[in-house]
Amino acid sequence: MQFVFLLEQVVNGLVLGGYYLLLALGLSLIFSVGGIVNLAHGAFYAIGAYVSLEVTRRLGFGASVVISPLVVGLLGVAFERFLLRRFYNADPILSLLVTFGLALVVEQLLRMVWGAAPLPSAMPAEFKGNVVLGEFLFSRYRLLLLAVVFVVMAALWLLLHKTAFGRVVRAGVQRPDMVAVLGIRLAPYMTTIVVLGVATAALGGVLFGPITTVHPAMGTEIMTVAFVVVVIGGLGSFWGVVLAALLVGVVRGVTIHFLPAAGEASMYVLMFGVLMFRPRGLLGERIERFE
Amino acid sequence: MKCDDTPGCPRQVLAGRRTVLQAGAAAALAWPALLRAQSDKIRIGHLTPMTGFLGALGEYATMGIRMAAEEINAAGGVLGRPLDVVSEDSVNPQVASTKAQRMIERDGVAVLMGEISSASALTISQVAARNKKLFMSIGARSDVLRGKDCNRYTFHVDIPVTVMVNAVGQALVRDKMIQGKKIFSLSADYLFGHDLLKAAKKFFAANSGNLIGDELVPTDATDFSPYLLKIRQGRPDIVSSNLAGNQVTNFVKQYAEFGLPYPMVGFNLNTADAWAAGDGNLGGIWPTVWHHELPTPGSKAFVTAFVKKHGKPPENHAWIEYVSLKMMAQAMNEAKSVETDKLIAYFESEAQFDLLKARKGYFRAWDHQLMQEAYPFTVKPKGQAKDKWDFLKFGDAVPAPNEPLELLATTKADNTCVMSG
Repeated sequence: MQFVFLLEQVVNGLVLGGYYLLLALGLSLIFSVGGIVNLAHGAFYAIGAYVSLEVTRRLGFGASVVISPLVVGLLGVAFERFLLRRFYNADPILSLLVTFGLALVVEQLLRMVWGAAPLPSAMPAEFKGNVVLGEFLFSRYRLLLLAVVFVVMAALWLLLHKTAFGRVVRAGVQRPDMVAVLGIRLAPYMTTIVVLGVATAALGGVLFGPITTVHPAMGTEIMTVAFVVVVIGGLGSFWGVVLAALLVGVVRGVTIHFLPAAGEASMYVLMFGVLMFRPRGLLGERIERFE
Repeated sequence: MKCDDTPGCPRQVLAGRRTVLQAGAAAALAWPALLRAQSDKIRIGHLTPMTGFLGALGEYATMGIRMAAEEINAAGGVLGRPLDVVSEDSVNPQVASTKAQRMIERDGVAVLMGEISSASALTISQVAARNKKLFMSIGARSDVLRGKDCNRYTFHVDIPVTVMVNAVGQALVRDKMIQGKKIFSLSADYLFGHDLLKAAKKFFAANSGNLIGDELVPTDATDFSPYLLKIRQGRPDIVSSNLAGNQVTNFVKQYAEFGLPYPMVGFNLNTADAWAAGDGNLGGIWPTVWHHELPTPGSKAFVTAFVKKHGKPPENHAWIEYVSLKMMAQAMNEAKSVETDKLIAYFESEAQFDLLKARKGYFRAWDHQLMQEAYPFTVKPKGQAKDKWDFLKFGDAVPAPNEPLELLATTKADNTCVMSG
């Protein structure tokens, strides 16, 4: 029985990994293309959650799943055009500071508009409840969430690896100068990638809002986990991030099984261990221009 | 290096200082009245968490104390002097104690007030005792603050965990939720959670409850799924929550999400966290120190004024900070002083304070705990809520009107408080 219980935690950890993945993918995407560690990623997640509450109240939850990422995507256009674009070739510390500052500004703006108190958020009643498969218990909502994450992940992978768009982006990651020599302007590609990145963050906000607390600091909360996942996976590596998200989910679940109080600390210990042996992360690629 | 146009050169710094001095002198000459008014203010150092897992409660706390300060100042202040409440984010126990020390040394505050986190309240009360300044600990509920860690300079307003457990205990025993039941408990992993767990364990043992699982949850946990699986693996009859702040909201939401069948009981839930859980997620019976539907004239007037100002009903932390500053003002007026010793003597005289409740309260002299009524609350049946603030259903005050106020509190025999300092 003990073994089944442990296995249940492992399976749940995989589901939880999907939850982390949605945030980590966008973060990793923006880093690999622009070389910018977007510390404001959590802010877009929080905006996504707040916009979704407003939309849900008027048009229902289904509409908010579509509208909120679109709205945040538009914000992403402005974010890339007026802010990020200036920092692609600058000292990375500058973009870190700017995005960190933006995260603080957004958090305070949310506090000014909606107040510091968490807002009530609930999922549609039909998603509530569990699915029992053999010995294992699953939340119906989280299985649905996992499916959404899988679709997003697959779509992003196909976009990056099977389309002309993706080829330009990947070439741009390695040799932006060569891409320019070939007469391709990278700017619109950058904008698109940032929009996709922040829109997935917003989608995360929409989907996690009903099961966690919608409050101004929710972005900072999730940002820490997303960042740990990306660092473990290797900045810029697609499959590295996927692997790391699942690993963090499983390690957290197993730790809680044996030592509940150490649940949150486990992922930092994991990060420490991985960085000791693989400073570039699990599957981190060598990107010349960041060396 | 040339020294006439470099910003860091000594001559310019000197000039800068001289300008400041001149400006200062000019100001002193020109507006003596203004300067005197400045030094006339009674500074109140107010610390409360504005970020982190208790941040939402801290916002209500700040709203409450500000409203009280505005009312007091509009009515002429205290001893003819206006109150100046300086609010700061206490962040964590270390920062809280640093800020408390700085408020005393640099800002010259007359008293310290506030706090919600028991861990931060503990470090602030140590600073208060070292500096011989009064600290009114408003929202911290850990028993040890008024027990083994009590001191002469600290007074406690909110109900301690023992009272919280006892306030719903009777109802739980009556509903046969404890006796012979297998109970699984989750507790917040910091001072308050540990203390609440201790009180809960004592209560379960006294009423033949059988604690089969007992886990600590880090305060920054937002995902509870692994804990929910552990609960189900334990197959309990009852789930008991000793969580705090955002933890409670996340837990009850995810509990509803996973659809676990075991009834939930809990000993700590603030109305703000209950509101955030959303209709349809919450169940169980919980204790509270005050609620916005209390039908006393004082509470009604307070709620009306608060709603008018902030567009939403006050939460229990708004109320408690509001009455706390009013109590402090009363003490200063009656003691005719802001001196620590005189204020302590006034509070220790067990003077009565209007808490906007049916019965007045007083600080017990030997452990500095405010004696007051508490209330159990449950959730209205589905579909009965008028709006998103309205799904909570509040019970009658405990202790009952004919019982002594001290009925639910720790007795002298159980309390290890020895006043020092």
